[in-house]
Amino acid sequence: MIAAHLPILQIVVPLVAAPACLALGRGRAAWLLALAVSWAALGIAGGLLATVLRDGPVSYALGNWAPPWGIEYRVDALNAYVLLIVAAIGAVVLPYARRSIADELPAHQHAAFYTAFLLCLTGLLGVAITGDAFNLFVFLEISSLSSYVLIGLGRNRRALTAAFQYLVMGTIGATFIVIGIGLLYMATGTLNMADLAARIPAVAHSRTVLAALAFLAVGATLKIALFPLHGWLPNAYAYAPSAVTAFLAATATKVSVYILVRFLFTVFGPAYSFEQLALHNLIVPFAVIAIVVCSTVAIFQNNVKRMLAYSSVAQIGYMMLGIGLGTATGISAGLVHLFNHALMKGGLFLALGCIALRVGSVRLEALAGLGRTMPLSAFAFVIGGLSLIGVPLTNGFISKWILVQATLEQGAWGLALVVLFGSLLAVAYIWRVVEVAYLRPPPDGARRREAPLSMLIPTWILIGASVYFGIDTSLSLGVAEIAARILTGGAG
Amino acid sequence: MDIPGLYNYWIVIVLMMTGFYIVIARGNLIKKIVGLNIFQTSVFILYISMGKVDGGTAPIIAEGVERYSNPLPHVLILTAIVVGIATTALGLALIVRIRAAYGTIEEDEIHAQNTMKDADG
Repeated sequence: MIAAHLPILQIVVPLVAAPACLALGRGRAAWLLALAVSWAALGIAGGLLATVLRDGPVSYALGNWAPPWGIEYRVDALNAYVLLIVAAIGAVVLPYARRSIADELPAHQHAAFYTAFLLCLTGLLGVAITGDAFNLFVFLEISSLSSYVLIGLGRNRRALTAAFQYLVMGTIGATFIVIGIGLLYMATGTLNMADLAARIPAVAHSRTVLAALAFLAVGATLKIALFPLHGWLPNAYAYAPSAVTAFLAATATKVSVYILVRFLFTVFGPAYSFEQLALHNLIVPFAVIAIVVCSTVAIFQNNVKRMLAYSSVAQIGYMMLGIGLGTATGISAGLVHLFNHALMKGGLFLALGCIALRVGSVRLEALAGLGRTMPLSAFAFVIGGLSLIGVPLTNGFISKWILVQATLEQGAWGLALVVLFGSLLAVAYIWRVVEVAYLRPPPDGARRREAPLSMLIPTWILIGASVYFGIDTSLSLGVAEIAARILTGGAG
Repeated sequence: MDIPGLYNYWIVIVLMMTGFYIVIARGNLIKKIVGLNIFQTSVFILYISMGKVDGGTAPIIAEGVERYSNPLPHVLILTAIVVGIATTALGLALIVRIRAAYGTIEEDEIHAQNTMKDADG
């Protein structure tokens, strides 16, 4: 039965297709294969989510070796949710990539690009699906290594230094994670996450387990780019090819957030992480600083791509704020924002990629008059921006609404004000773009030159989804709430 | 404190901090990769050390032997070594490209070139 093997197919299909893309060489064959695979991955992720919602968590023993000895792929509502986000963004970005990449990369690099893209997709899906701690590290490194390559492909030479900086920071983060996993193995003798969760309480007070938690948390926050460990992110996003920025901004940090959530809640348990160790006292302040400082920095950027990158660091602050509260509502808020931000920021970066294709620059002054020369791309940017601000009828509003509810539940008025203040800062940086695009005249002789449909349609799919999930939240918020219930110890 | 008994672990900590310090303090990109390598190597030793069982031999079934060392950490770290090599190779490849683009592999000189032109777009 194919259905029983969905968890492994989710990984094996893109993994096998990646080298095949390289073998297909120049021309459109590599792209077609990558496209087919990304759509298949989306289908599988959808099937898994439907199965999990219907029958509860799915467990798949790799090679029929029974867990906890063998590697287990375990899919519950949270895994399936993250898988769906990653696969959906991959499936939307790939149709877009063909024109965008043809413009930004020389022809002999195209096949290699799709190979690296599929490997990155494999790694991200693998992190989200596996129930084995060491396997998680291996998939994390697959996705990281391929993302360094993807970022380094950017046209500007600064892409190279950005990729190198990310390589150094990312490797330190991943090595911290592997140290943490090693210390946990030392204390418990197991690598299976469910088994770890059962065994940790007996040794919870040993220094080994404490050190393991510290290493895992710092390593994961480095990959998340939570303030003050976000140094690698702005340049990496600003100089990567447009399609890569959109894909990574919508998926890579989200999967890292998943890693932290999985370890803090499932492996260590909320009682240990939040009641005994009071980690919220660490996470919440950093999240608040991220929201305020990075939104402010975003206002002063003249490169719009870098502006959105700083905005991403701020938005990560919102996710971590919700998760850091440690309550069921807080986690729902964090997870639903993870979903919503993937759509809106993916859409914004895709819109920016359309602009880069026609204008050849993403500097603010180059966008003058874009409302007239590229009305559809500019309008997509405006809708995405409204969602980022959190205007009602966009999904950003849903995220902020739940987050404010979660803070008020705890009586934390100050935090609720921070969320609102962050939205005001977002108004400021989005307005700078809108002002230039709509209120300034286009340069003399500029004609109406809209981006090709193959790029506009994916952009509008994500922007449309941002609006759709602002009205119908049964999928986004519904699954986030189920996942939050499981994480805080309730029945799914 | 049982320093001789924890000899391996002290080495791990010394190597880890040495590598980490090199990554942070050195501006030469090659030296950064060297530091990263030392940092990762310390983790390899950490894993290999934890596989040792007192009085155990190599984990190959033989007559008259009842205690074996734990082979699992060794296998895990083989994977991590492969990851480490891939990272080093990619890092060095990026350095080659950086040298071709900037004519230097010193971080401060690259930074100066970036800010001088402010080639932001």
